[in-house]
Amino acid sequence: MANERKQVLTRGIFKENPVFILMLGLCPTLGVTTQVINGLGMGAAVIFVLVFSNIFVSLLKNIIPNSVRIPSYIVIIAAFVTIVEMVMHAFAPAIYESLGIFLPLIVVNCIILGRAEAFANKNSLTDSFLDAIGMGVGFTLAVTLIALIREVFGAGTITLIPMGSFSGVLEIPLLYTYPVRIFSLAAGALLLMGYLKAFFEWTANRKRG
Amino acid sequence: MVYVALFITYIFINNFILTQFLGLCPFIGVSKNSESAIGMGMAVTFVMGIASIITWLVYNLLLVPLNLTYLQTLSFILVIASLVQFVEMVIQKNSPGLYQALGIFLPLITTNCAVLGIAVMNITEGYNLMESFVAGIAAGIGFTLVLVLMSNIRERMDLHPVRKSFRGIPIAFISGGLMALAFMAFDNSLLTNLLG
Repeated sequence: MANERKQVLTRGIFKENPVFILMLGLCPTLGVTTQVINGLGMGAAVIFVLVFSNIFVSLLKNIIPNSVRIPSYIVIIAAFVTIVEMVMHAFAPAIYESLGIFLPLIVVNCIILGRAEAFANKNSLTDSFLDAIGMGVGFTLAVTLIALIREVFGAGTITLIPMGSFSGVLEIPLLYTYPVRIFSLAAGALLLMGYLKAFFEWTANRKRG
Repeated sequence: MVYVALFITYIFINNFILTQFLGLCPFIGVSKNSESAIGMGMAVTFVMGIASIITWLVYNLLLVPLNLTYLQTLSFILVIASLVQFVEMVIQKNSPGLYQALGIFLPLITTNCAVLGIAVMNITEGYNLMESFVAGIAAGIGFTLVLVLMSNIRERMDLHPVRKSFRGIPIAFISGGLMALAFMAFDNSLLTNLLG
């Protein structure tokens, strides 16, 4: 039993990573990843919404009639997205600005509706919670990885949260003077995604032998 | 003139798929053959046009007077979901031919970021009703254009030897990236040159 639980938690991170393996939630993955901090902010927002929507869908699974389940899930998700929007607007206005349109678009992020439909409405509360954490962390890792590559090569910086005397921006010596601009452009995001996906396919194929 | 500018902006300069990353799921998922790409594109354009009008009306006639603008996301997605359902029923009843062509794509549109994207964008850009409608239609046409181009590329790619790891989705992304590079030729200076 404990082993099963552990699998529910970890499979979202590697084996069924929502971005690289399931190919869900691609729009924000490419749209916000010009800076590392945006990736982290997006990840945090998605984890929050995913956890609460999974919890509520799991709790209400016996009450919601089958024929109206999708609209009900959308309402649940939209309510939590609105909460995230308000909280970010109040406490992290800079990230709120740079995430822009992609913040309300969490509503239509396929990962969240997908987990509600495929997992939370069939499983217990604890399992749904663990699944949400696993998938959310998997999404955050993927988004942060893409953001890291794009920002390091495209701008020569790593933008994090400013703390005390630390301005929040790390500069990478050579790349800061001569950045590979294409990485921060839209085209670079699509190309990078293609090569990363090919890399993961390659490793999966090699393991299968 | 402003409508022409909106058209060019949303079809070429700010193309939804290639520069804004909205609607990537159908871009990858429904671009395997050109017939379904055209069907999906038409359905999305249709829904985006109507959704732009209705969400604009809901926002400006309902949410703003009642001081409820924080319910924007919630109300927009509900409007879009019910609109899609409604459109599906109307088409099914009145034109079975069209339903056969678009039917299977309609349920997918609710969770297409492009539709909610244009609804939110119309509000943040401060368009009026007519501008919102034109922007919605133009964004839909831009979406269709790229989807159809992509499906043609992928149909041809099927006949070529592609390395195993790159087959399918990775090579589709890379072709999309190259297409985005080509679309960079369309920028705001094009607009000023054309319209003065």
